[in-house]
Amino acid sequence: MNKTIITVVGKDQVGIIARVCTYLADNSVNILDISQTIVSGYFNMMMIVDTNKALKEFGAISGELEALGKEIGVIIKAQREDIFDMMHRI
Amino acid sequence: MINFTEVMETNTMIEKENLDVRTITLGISLLDCIDSDLEVLKRKIYDKITGTAKELVPTGMAIEKEFGIPVVNKRISVTPVALVGGAACKRPEDFVEVAKTLDAAAKAVGVNFIGGYSALVCKGMTAADNFLMESVPQALSLTERVCSSFNVGSTRTGINMDAVRILGGIIKRTAEYTRQNDSLGCAKLVVFCNAPDDNPFMAGAFHGVTEADAVINVGVSGPGVVKKALESARGKDFETLCETIKKTAFKITRVGQLVAKEASKRLAIPFGIVDLSLAPTPAVGDSVAEILHEMGLEYPGAPGTTAALALLNDQVKKGGVMASSYVGGLSGAFIPVSEDQGMIDAVREGCLTIEKLEAMTCVCSVGLDMIAVPGDIPETSLSGLIADEMAIGMINQKTTAVRIIPVMGKNVGDIVEFGGLLGYAPVMPVNSFSCGDFIRRGGRIPAPIHSFKN
Repeated sequence: MNKTIITVVGKDQVGIIARVCTYLADNSVNILDISQTIVSGYFNMMMIVDTNKALKEFGAISGELEALGKEIGVIIKAQREDIFDMMHRI
Repeated sequence: MINFTEVMETNTMIEKENLDVRTITLGISLLDCIDSDLEVLKRKIYDKITGTAKELVPTGMAIEKEFGIPVVNKRISVTPVALVGGAACKRPEDFVEVAKTLDAAAKAVGVNFIGGYSALVCKGMTAADNFLMESVPQALSLTERVCSSFNVGSTRTGINMDAVRILGGIIKRTAEYTRQNDSLGCAKLVVFCNAPDDNPFMAGAFHGVTEADAVINVGVSGPGVVKKALESARGKDFETLCETIKKTAFKITRVGQLVAKEASKRLAIPFGIVDLSLAPTPAVGDSVAEILHEMGLEYPGAPGTTAALALLNDQVKKGGVMASSYVGGLSGAFIPVSEDQGMIDAVREGCLTIEKLEAMTCVCSVGLDMIAVPGDIPETSLSGLIADEMAIGMINQKTTAVRIIPVMGKNVGDIVEFGGLLGYAPVMPVNSFSCGDFIRRGGRIPAPIHSFKN
């Protein structure tokens, strides 16, 4: 499975998760895991998603998520899981 | 499964501590382009480079996007041009034409540097080697992206002192030809001892004759990450210090390994090596000098600097070798002056001198790098500096290099701006006593006793 890590970091507000999840659902991206915390007013979220059945190319999804982040006022990054696996798992 | 802390750690390294893949360098053999007709040779070289490297830049950008790791430079190294051009080039001006072709090909595929305008002359020089050497000042002033290097010595062959003598003059002339740009041409000219065939870093990259037709080499960097990790080891003993560097080097190199494999797969070109060097840039927090500072030195150059650098270089290698199946190139810590804000500060404070830098090169991965000296330095003194550095490499069986810039019209204390990744540097004083009679002797220094291993 081609897993992707999505991170969302920024000032907390109502509806961040809703908007990100709506976007993912609209594009057939399946969410496998979510963890989220608020550290002194700052929103930190990590999602593990499956992009195998996504309707768009990886580049398009990551670009649109970045744009969505700008709209909400947070930073959204989508990265392939491999980079974290390589660095943290032997 | 990957957890939150791990993801945040990686992304903090990338976003705040300047972790990046410094270069994906595509090595291309030009041996099959050899022709006795200069025009045919030029066409073949252009076609081979633009054909092989067509997808290099887009692939680098796609990897950058998908993994979220900056791939700062995409570059090309080619077979030493003296070997490729020997049949067609009958005078230095012919080689200049080849340099222009390389430059045009680099621009066509969008890479920022192309290395391999080089000759391997560690024992002797052919006529072609000589012409290429003579053509360097003109070639580097008429092109933008071409980098030139010469291997003038090795542990197995000794040092070609004729080449060392000639290169003193060539460096001086290159500085004169590019004097409008603060003698920038010299920043693209490196003199080596024990040059590796698979170095992905400029300006010394070339594609060795022992290599395959095309190969992907990757250089990773991340002095900022090591510096940050060492903040947690403040006041701790050397064991803790070494462990911290090793673990960090491992993580950094893993990223290089991933990118190298991925680039190799997508371009369908074999993976060569990962070069796990700590290569600084002028950006704040991207400095090897700051690591030395974090280890406990007020500035690099203070007593203890050589020991600190030796420790750093060795731990980087130890951490890195386990992270990649093939480690090569220069691998270790780079100590360029102009490309490292901490080194620049140390020179300005009067803490760091050329003599101390020379001592540091005995234990780091390269040599005297990006050092600006007064433009009126005698040619023989430049040759003397090169000879010293080559001797360190030859005796210690390591790679050493000299990239020195005699800046025309500038004197000690003046500041020289090279721009971009090359940074800026204060002009440093050089010992003014003469070595002319030594340099003018001619011939070569024999291979050292420990070269006889047969």
